Amino acid sequence: MSPRFSPSVVTANALLEGDVVWLTADGVWTRRMAEAELIADPERAEARLQLAQGQHHSVVGPYLAPAKPGPNGPEPTHFREAFRTRGPSNYPHGKQEDPAHVSL
Amino acid sequence: MYRYDDFDEAFVRNRVAQFSQQIGRRVEGALTEDEFRPLRLMNGLYLQLHAYMLRVAIPYGTLDSRKMRQLAHVAETWDKGYGHFTTRQNIQFNWPKLTDVPAILTALADVGMHAIQTSGNTIRNVTADHFAGAAADEIADPRPYAELLRQWSTDHPEFQFLPRKFKIGITGAPHDRAVTRSHDIGLQMRRGPDGSIGFEVSVGGGLGRTPLIAQSVREFLPEADLLAYVEAILSVYNMLGRRDNKHKARLKITLHELGRDTLAALIEARFEELRGHVPETLGPALDRIRAAFAPPAFRQADTAVHEATLRVDPLYRRWAETNLAEHRDAGHAMVTVSLKAHGATPGDASAAQMRVLADLAEAYSYDELRISHEQNVILPHVHKSDLPVVHAALLRAGLATANVGLVSDIIACPGMDYCSLATARSIPIAQAIGLRFKELDLEHEIGPMKIKISGCINACGHHHVGHIGILGLDRAGVETYQITLGGDGTETAAIGEKAGPGFAYDEVVPAVERLMLAYLDLRTAPGESFLEAFRRLGPAPFRAALYETEGARDAA
Repeated sequence: MSPRFSPSVVTANALLEGDVVWLTADGVWTRRMAEAELIADPERAEARLQLAQGQHHSVVGPYLAPAKPGPNGPEPTHFREAFRTRGPSNYPHGKQEDPAHVSL
Repeated sequence: MYRYDDFDEAFVRNRVAQFSQQIGRRVEGALTEDEFRPLRLMNGLYLQLHAYMLRVAIPYGTLDSRKMRQLAHVAETWDKGYGHFTTRQNIQFNWPKLTDVPAILTALADVGMHAIQTSGNTIRNVTADHFAGAAADEIADPRPYAELLRQWSTDHPEFQFLPRKFKIGITGAPHDRAVTRSHDIGLQMRRGPDGSIGFEVSVGGGLGRTPLIAQSVREFLPEADLLAYVEAILSVYNMLGRRDNKHKARLKITLHELGRDTLAALIEARFEELRGHVPETLGPALDRIRAAFAPPAFRQADTAVHEATLRVDPLYRRWAETNLAEHRDAGHAMVTVSLKAHGATPGDASAAQMRVLADLAEAYSYDELRISHEQNVILPHVHKSDLPVVHAALLRAGLATANVGLVSDIIACPGMDYCSLATARSIPIAQAIGLRFKELDLEHEIGPMKIKISGCINACGHHHVGHIGILGLDRAGVETYQITLGGDGTETAAIGEKAGPGFAYDEVVPAVERLMLAYLDLRTAPGESFLEAFRRLGPAPFRAALYETEGARDAA
């Protein structure tokens, strides 16, 4: 693990719809980033990623995405991850179709 | 147009059944993603940022009304009511659910369509001049050869695991509208000294990380040798292509490393081995395919209503100036339907628009439609007396934007709004440029201008061959856009030059505006296009305008 580890969330895409999901502290997948577990400890992050990688029957391509704490829960630090919480910018499709699914 | 025979039909149906079973096993958990991924990619199914994406092949960009209506049906039933036409003449659906894919593929098979070999390290959809079979300047219709190559390359056992993807582009006209020289193989039709048809063959073109213009390896290849020669190129590439490094695996790198002469000699040697093995049935097969592309019996009628409408209707006149092109039959015109309404997403059509296009093709274009690599739709054979009616119908459907070939007729890849490879967004940049130039009402004065935008170095948006190319990058966590100048995708193909430091997201539209205003100042006459002015003057005055350095006019 890199010595410059920054707090992260485990994220992936759901197998059936491809929708973006995040791993919660309870080990279940959520469609809202605010409900994700923000992991500050690199060893725990690695363990949670391994747990996610074992769940190939429900998610695809899990990885650690840097995040920061916000008033309602973890928030993205990179624009790519921010787009993943919303959907495309040319149509109101994806998570932004249902405001309950948007964390920010 | 070509219709599936029993062999095509059985092959596609079998593949749908096979891939449907594979999807079932993935959903049940019998296949891991590592096992499933190569299978879904063989069938055009990607997983993108927000959802799956299904890329459906439109061979050489040719469609009829039945196929277009089925695309509308797919968009409405299993997607979000629209489709995205791409720079490789395909259509992409951005929101299919994994479990709906078998139904979508079955619906596509019902009209002779599929998503096979639209991804993966195989020979991809063969692209062609979108004016094929209609253009006034054409030697012959290139699509029979493209169809021959499609049949030959589909599921070709030797070429399913190439070092990297492989693209073939073909044109039958001296004016290259198919960007053939950005392809692994570019085929440009020529006439031999005896009047026979053949091809100049160029190899090793490609944009992406290392943009290179294809180099000619055969000035004239007789048509009878086409398949053996293409197979020879693939065979040499399959042996020598770099499998050790994904970024060096395209034929262009093999060409660069070996040199043109060595590669050409290897191809010729392999060709000598293969040419005797071409089956004698090839000639009759090509004749049968050619018969399927026989031009319609173009009707003759008075065109006075077109001329009269030109005189009285300025909206129609403006559309006719930009969106019509010269047909081989003087009574007809080729209509380019712009999918670039100012502020809209380049290449997107709603299901309702697809149906309008299908209806118009059926009623007024001998049931033919084309998709261009510039992400527009073409009605290739419209009699001039029908043009006013067609224009009125397009107006009602929001499809009459008179901007083909102008500033707002922008190519843009899906970028980071959809694509998981993207490093920045493309679509909103295109939307913003379109809206700004509509506001300025300058694009007709500016004239021919090709702006092409890619959201990463893979260059699906062809930015290297844009007169102005825009490349979106991630620079230290910020969307940054690099501008290139002077690119050209035609028979005078050239890779654009980097202008200098990149621009922030909000700075791109003003930068393009400064460039355009500088060009208007610099051109000798309205007839001198941006590209001509750039070639005459070099990049210096344009860079000065872009970066507002000393000596530049105040364009702020």
